[in-house]
Amino acid sequence: MVKKAEVVNLNFSYTDKRILNGVSLPIYENRITALIGPSGCGKTTLLRCFNRMHDLYGAIQYDGKINLFPDELNILSDEIDPIEVRMKIGMVFQKPNPFPKSIYENIAYGLRVRGVKKKSFIDEKIEDSLKKASLWNEVSDRLNSSATSLSGGQQQRLCIARALATEPDILLLDEPTSALDPISTAHIEELVTELKKSVTIVMVTHNLHQAARTADYTSFMYLGEMIEFGESSQIFTNPKEQKTENYITGRFG
Amino acid sequence: MAIRSEFSTPQSLKRRLRNFKESLIGLSLFLCALSSVLITFGVIYTLISEALPFFKDVSLKNFILDREWTPLFENPQYGILTLMSGTFLTTAIALTIAIPLGTVAAVFLSEYCSHRAREIFKPLLELLAAVPTVVYGYFALLFITPLLQKIIPSLESFNALSAGLVMGIMIIPYISSLSEDAMRAVPLHLREGSLAMGASKLQTSFNVIVPAAFSGIASAYVLGISRALGETMVVAIAAGLQPRLSLNPLESTQTLTAYIVQVSMGDLPQGSIGYRTIYVAGLVLLILTLTFNLIGQNIRARMENKYK
Repeated sequence: MVKKAEVVNLNFSYTDKRILNGVSLPIYENRITALIGPSGCGKTTLLRCFNRMHDLYGAIQYDGKINLFPDELNILSDEIDPIEVRMKIGMVFQKPNPFPKSIYENIAYGLRVRGVKKKSFIDEKIEDSLKKASLWNEVSDRLNSSATSLSGGQQQRLCIARALATEPDILLLDEPTSALDPISTAHIEELVTELKKSVTIVMVTHNLHQAARTADYTSFMYLGEMIEFGESSQIFTNPKEQKTENYITGRFG
Repeated sequence: MAIRSEFSTPQSLKRRLRNFKESLIGLSLFLCALSSVLITFGVIYTLISEALPFFKDVSLKNFILDREWTPLFENPQYGILTLMSGTFLTTAIALTIAIPLGTVAAVFLSEYCSHRAREIFKPLLELLAAVPTVVYGYFALLFITPLLQKIIPSLESFNALSAGLVMGIMIIPYISSLSEDAMRAVPLHLREGSLAMGASKLQTSFNVIVPAAFSGIASAYVLGISRALGETMVVAIAAGLQPRLSLNPLESTQTLTAYIVQVSMGDLPQGSIGYRTIYVAGLVLLILTLTFNLIGQNIRARMENKYK
């Protein structure tokens, strides 16, 4: 199994309040890693460390490493520009957030930000990423209509296509289906499973069934600490830690 | 003590009294709302009824095509375009200043400023709108014009340029304040979405936040345009009282509003044609402002359809 990234003994504080406490876990290439745990356990905070989103708000402190392979480069280092981190690591949010632009421009956005000007290349990328996000058949005849006219599920797939267009090393999904209906959710899960062929995925989810269905690896977090990491089949059927078992059997959370 | 509530019959006094009170309040609220509508119609009626007789003496063709506005001369001419050119010229200069500066100020306040800095900057900027316009007028005449004359020696001492510039400064807070409100109302998840794509703050501000807030920003522009069209003191003091069909900003010019001020301060006999021109100018001004408001509303509605 090839590591795409690894979190090494990561502590994270916001305004002197410790939120993550000595978290370590590997992220394997072309696999889906799910982060689960009760509200406030720090799973979203951990996810947002991967693309340095916390840097936008100041008064934060990273202590520890997230190494990106193959160079084993610590992306939390002060010497690394957070914008360059975000160029390599894409993110899809809880609520679909298409820009108030056309479908075409939404996907072209990341390419334009990276200075791509060639129209034929952009066109090609748009078709390619919409196909990967299994949205192409639904929107190919109306690429110029507003992205906000799409349904919630379509919008979320558009956001996935938008992130894929820039060929990220890792794709972060922050509860990508929590604002969607069951049918759209099933659609996204199917899509995510398909996507791992081409991209490494880290996904935060509240939905344990979703983690069990889609993720190859699952890590259970509690009160800012990593309690257990392992293959999803093991975590959900035969957890080693009592806390993990209590959580997945619904005794708390 | 237990609280008990019982059903009342439709005939009961308590219920009839309550219904009466409710309808009384409803009526008085309606009357308050109605009063502003009635006043607007009253203004329009006065303007039209006083302006219409004017067109018995002056044909619409002359009114539109004459190239001079000299209603008080021996051989009067009534080319309204003369005054309109003054209004358009000063408004255009003002907007050239106010729209870019106001928008950029709004982007700064909304996207770049820390909370504490905004608490200082915003009231200071809004102070610009609190300065009396007569002060702006003399500021333009006695400070800006001499300053500009050092750069442009051919500048007349009354001119559209300095009046327009100062008017622009005056309008900045209207545009920046409303635009900033609109930009700050853009949901955080759009901002984060753009930044997560690897966009810089600047790219996010102009490619995502400004378009997303555009219906609000357009309202701010429309308000700015209306303010500029209707502004009186600054142009009456600094732009001069010389009606001229020209778009040369270095010369003196007269706007619709400045004309109204000039003529209504004299003692024209009521009902004379000179007296009527005040109402005619007022009517044209109203139509202009209304047109821009309608255009603005139209843009806003289209934007909202597109982005909602």
